Amino acid sequence: METQQYHVSFRGVQKSYDGIRLVVKDLNLDIERGEFVTMLGPSGSGKTTCLMMLAGFETATQGEIYYNGKPVNNIPPHKRGIGMVFQNYALFPHMTVGKNLAFPLKVRKLGKEEIDQAVLEALDMVQMKDFVDRYPGQLSGGQKQRVALARALVFKPELVLMDEPLGALDKQLREQMQYEIKNIHEKLRVSVVYVTHDQSEALTMSDRIAVFEDGIIQQIAPPDDLYERPDNSFVARFIGENNTLHGMVDTIEDGVARVTLDDGQQVMALAVNVDKPGIPTLLSIRPERVVINPDEEKMTQTVDGHVEQLIYLGDHIRCRMTVAGNSEFIVKIPNAADSRMLEVGQNIRIGWMTDDCRALDAD
Amino acid sequence: MALQDVADKSLHDKLRRAERRKKIEAVSLIGPLLLLMVIFYFIPIGMMLYRSIDNSQMREILPETAKALAHWNGQGLPDESAYAAVVADMKVAYPARTLAGAGRRLNFDKVGFYSLLLKTGRKLKKIGGPPYKEKLIEIDSKWGDPKYWTVMKRGLKNITLIYLLRAVDLRYDDTNSIVGVPEEQAIYKSIIQRTVYISLSVTILCLLIGYPLAYFMATSSASVRNLLMIGLLLVFWTSLLVRTLSWILVLQDKGVVNSFLLSLGIISHPLPLVFNRIGVYVAMTHVLLPFMVLPLYSVMAGIPSYYVRAARSLGATPIAAFFKVYTPMTLPGIGAGCLMVFIQALGYYITPALVGGPKDQMVSYFVAFFVNERVNWSMASALGVVLLLMTGSFYLIFGKRVNITNMKLG
Ligand SMILES: Nc1ncnc2c1ncn2[C@@H]1O[C@H](COP(=O)(O)OP(=O)(O)OP(=O)(O)O)[C@@H](O)[C@H]1O
Ligand SMILES: [Mg+2]
Repeated sequence: METQQYHVSFRGVQKSYDGIRLVVKDLNLDIERGEFVTMLGPSGSGKTTCLMMLAGFETATQGEIYYNGKPVNNIPPHKRGIGMVFQNYALFPHMTVGKNLAFPLKVRKLGKEEIDQAVLEALDMVQMKDFVDRYPGQLSGGQKQRVALARALVFKPELVLMDEPLGALDKQLREQMQYEIKNIHEKLRVSVVYVTHDQSEALTMSDRIAVFEDGIIQQIAPPDDLYERPDNSFVARFIGENNTLHGMVDTIEDGVARVTLDDGQQVMALAVNVDKPGIPTLLSIRPERVVINPDEEKMTQTVDGHVEQLIYLGDHIRCRMTVAGNSEFIVKIPNAADSRMLEVGQNIRIGWMTDDCRALDAD
Repeated sequence: MALQDVADKSLHDKLRRAERRKKIEAVSLIGPLLLLMVIFYFIPIGMMLYRSIDNSQMREILPETAKALAHWNGQGLPDESAYAAVVADMKVAYPARTLAGAGRRLNFDKVGFYSLLLKTGRKLKKIGGPPYKEKLIEIDSKWGDPKYWTVMKRGLKNITLIYLLRAVDLRYDDTNSIVGVPEEQAIYKSIIQRTVYISLSVTILCLLIGYPLAYFMATSSASVRNLLMIGLLLVFWTSLLVRTLSWILVLQDKGVVNSFLLSLGIISHPLPLVFNRIGVYVAMTHVLLPFMVLPLYSVMAGIPSYYVRAARSLGATPIAAFFKVYTPMTLPGIGAGCLMVFIQALGYYITPALVGGPKDQMVSYFVAFFVNERVNWSMASALGVVLLLMTGSFYLIFGKRVNITNMKLG
């Protein structure tokens, strides 16, 4: 079977809670051993549901989930040996930190010395050794998070699921924890399935990201691919900042589409998600790939723009302009000597490379 | 080092001040309630406590005797002045009909005093003039017995402990030291034991029935939960008396249970289910069950499902997850429920009185008995004090165990 080589495989998995609406529709996902896969998507898109099916707390309405090449639909959660970090930490409030960590080892009937050793090791890994005798109620959010992480790892699972583990933390702490989780992942080489709806978190941590929308994976790809080469307009809009221009496809040749924009200007774009002439399309261009006053020789595409607003951000200037009827067109201009010349109300030329402009489905 | 100390001290002071402010806030919020409790709760209880040791009416009935015996050293017989004082007091008290009260009171301490006083009172008209010592001893030789004078002196103090002592089967002997009452009179200790035993049994029964019920309520759908809740609260909509009486109908020889079992042929004679301990357990458990289920349910409803899930994901079987993670988290509910049921059960009166037999009556029954039948408020109060002490000490012991004192105000 082809599922043999993967650590986890979802094969045609569907899930409905009420028998009416499918919360997960035809999920297919393979996770390699040691991989860090993130499920990213808006609220209610079915991320937690997928995780719960993998952990064994929900059963798939249809399809099969394979773990180590074996179907797991009939294995109860406690026999799956999958570590899990919950969004609300779920530390047992009546046990000290040490007891919390010892719990998975005790139910596995390990010896006392072995348990003590493993608990201290795991706490050491998250720099929480000094807190063994504290109760969860006496810890800060970040500390609880570390303990929850240590508890999910202490029994050495091969797979760890994390459901928005950093959702409750402030920005700075979140970034620090992202870094630490990533470090631990690299050190232990466990497979991680991580759920978040923070795209920057997904981009910094993951080997691959699965973008969910409404129970469907829209695209699954490494972070740079996802950012540079979105497959469809949902992904393009969901990941990072993105400029969109509406137009009609005139011709498609060698994977390049000629598109007439709403105001009549013509541009070329990569035909990613358009297959025939005469259909509407949405062009997607990243703000940092747009150049002002381009050298017409070098830039393959140029159009007219009208400067609406300039925001000084230190290292770069954020310029909002109207391009082909879209007044939310953003250009990031590096803070170099010549960029100071821009003024609000000015008409300028802007340009980009054909490869950086992607013709996607118009929704 | 010194600087460090100063810093520590000011920090400590600040902490104390902040905590004091919090306390003041809490107290001012519950102030009105506190006032109400003082007026309707603490003052009556204080009066009851005092009633159990108050002996001042004896001095009003026999004022001269009290004065005369105050100087007596308690050795041998008192001198003539005491006898004269007795005669003087009785001459007032006998026609005023207060002598019988004093007699009953002293008779409680030493049997024979009631008749001694009334007999002497009757014969006072013909007693003539002093000296009285010989004449009184002639009327009744007990006046020549130092034991009676010891009891008299003890009985004329403003404060007395005899009721409290009796409530735990103790008494003064003739030499004024405290000893146990004779075997055949010692009943209160066993009544106290019985009260605790019945209350404990009812508490355990309530827990055994209430815990699964509360768990079921906390985990079932809203409609099922509402139905159960109504069923549970139905108990509060009917009066205690009606509920208890209906148990008699159900449990009596010709009641529903027995006729059902008889008709099935499982039994050939009706089981004795009421007017005995079984009846008491059944009825009290039924009446007190909501006080177990409600705190349990409110604690369980507040436990999110992810704790048990976390335990399962860590490798615990469903049973281990339930007993090692879920149950400990419900301890505050168990504690509150048990305490509420137990403490209420300790003071139960109507239910055991109606569905129990003579051997199933608890302390409260005897409180009522002394008030209604014996008109002995002091003894009733003394038993009340015993009940209060029992309740209080169980609260302290049990409340600590389950950290109930850690449940802070607000
Ligand atoms: N136990 C349940 N019973 C019924 N419906 C459920 C249940 N759990 C989730 N749902 C529904 O399934 C859909 C997907 O929920 P899910 O929790 O998987 O979303 P999510 O992607 O994790 O969202 P979020 O980012 O907000 O956590 C939602 O519409 C939700 O209302
Ligand atoms: Mg979720």
